[in-house]
Amino acid sequence: MEKTRTRSEHPLNDLLRTDRIPHIWCPGCGIGTAFSSCLVAVKAAGLDLRKTVMVSGIGCSGRGAGYTKLDSYHTTHGRAIPFATGMKLANPELNVVVFSGDGDLFAIGGNHFIHAARRNVDLTVVCVNNLNYGMTGGQAAATTPSMAKTTTTPLGNPEPPFNLPLLAFAAGATYVARWTILHTRDLTKSIEEALTRRGFSFVEVLAPCPTGYGRRNREKPLDSLKIYQERTITRNGANPAEVTLDFHRGITLGKFVDLERPTFLDAYEKVCSLTQ
Amino acid sequence: MKYWRVPLDMEEIEVSRGIVHIVEERCKGCGYCIEYCPRDVLEFSPKYNARGYHPPRVKRPEACVNCHYCETICPDFAIYSVEAPPDADPAA
Repeated sequence: MEKTRTRSEHPLNDLLRTDRIPHIWCPGCGIGTAFSSCLVAVKAAGLDLRKTVMVSGIGCSGRGAGYTKLDSYHTTHGRAIPFATGMKLANPELNVVVFSGDGDLFAIGGNHFIHAARRNVDLTVVCVNNLNYGMTGGQAAATTPSMAKTTTTPLGNPEPPFNLPLLAFAAGATYVARWTILHTRDLTKSIEEALTRRGFSFVEVLAPCPTGYGRRNREKPLDSLKIYQERTITRNGANPAEVTLDFHRGITLGKFVDLERPTFLDAYEKVCSLTQ
Repeated sequence: MKYWRVPLDMEEIEVSRGIVHIVEERCKGCGYCIEYCPRDVLEFSPKYNARGYHPPRVKRPEACVNCHYCETICPDFAIYSVEAPPDADPAA
C-alpha cells in the first residue's frame, strides 16, 4: 500500500483515499469508471470541495463513499437519499451527490427515490445500473432485463425491468440522463451539468458486472462494452417512455429531460414566509 | 494518419503528444484501455503485478496524442497520460 501511495501521481489522487486503493470492485467492473467520471465531474464543476458531500447506500456501488476524500457518508441500505435530503435541508449550502447502485436506489430505496424526485430536493443522484444484485451473488433485481439469466432466474428473467429514466421523469425529476461507462466523456459532462444545476438530477450509468451478471449471460467485460458500442443510440431529448432497457431492440442514451421547477427548499421557504 | 482531404491549416496545427503513465500495482488487467485506445498505443505486458494481473505496457509511445481516454475508462485509477513537452522525443 505504501508503494502505491508514493509511486503514483494519478490526477484523481487528491480526491481519493489512496490508502484504500486498489478498491474491491472486480476486474472489468464498471463502477470504477462511473466513480472516476463522477470525481472528474466534481472537479470540473468547480464546486467548493469543502462543501461537497458524497452519500452512498449499500452494495458494490455503495462503497464509493468510502473511497473519496470528500466528506462522505455510507448509509443504511436504500436510505442514501433520505440521509442526503436531511443533509441538504440542514445545510442548504452543501452540494450533495448520491452515488449508489440500482438495487439500493430502486429496489429497497425505490420509495425514497420517487418522493425525493417529487419534492424536487436539490440533489444529484448517480445510479450505477449493473442489472443485478452484484454484491450478494448476482440475483435478479428490479433492473434485470427480460429473459436475462441470474442466480435466481436460471432459465431467464420472466419480469420486465424498470425503465429508470421514465420512473425518474414521472416522479418529477428535473434532469434525467442515461449513459454507459463506454461513453465516459458524455457521462462526465452530464454529471457535471447535473452538479451545477438546481433541482433533483438523475444520471443512470449502465455498467458491466462481469462476476454477477456477465458470467451467467456469457458476457465477458469487453463483450459488454461492445454491446454498449454497437447497440446503443444517442438521442438527446428522447421521450423517456420510449427508452426501455432492452438490449435486443437497442438502448437509447442521452439527456432526456432538463426542466426548471421550484425546488423543495424554495417551496418550503415560500410556505414559511406566509406566517409572517 | 491518412486524410480524406488535407485540412487547409494542417501546417499550423500541432498534434498534441502525450506520455502514458501506468500505475501497475493498481491494475486489475481488464484490458479496457488496450481495447479502446483510439491510437492503439497499449498492449498487455507479459509480466505480472503484485496481485497477479497483467498490466498494460506502452507499445507505440510515439502514437499517443494525450486524449486521456485510457485515463477516463480505467476503473482502477491505474493509468493516466500527461502532455509531452513539445520538443521531447516521445520514444525516449
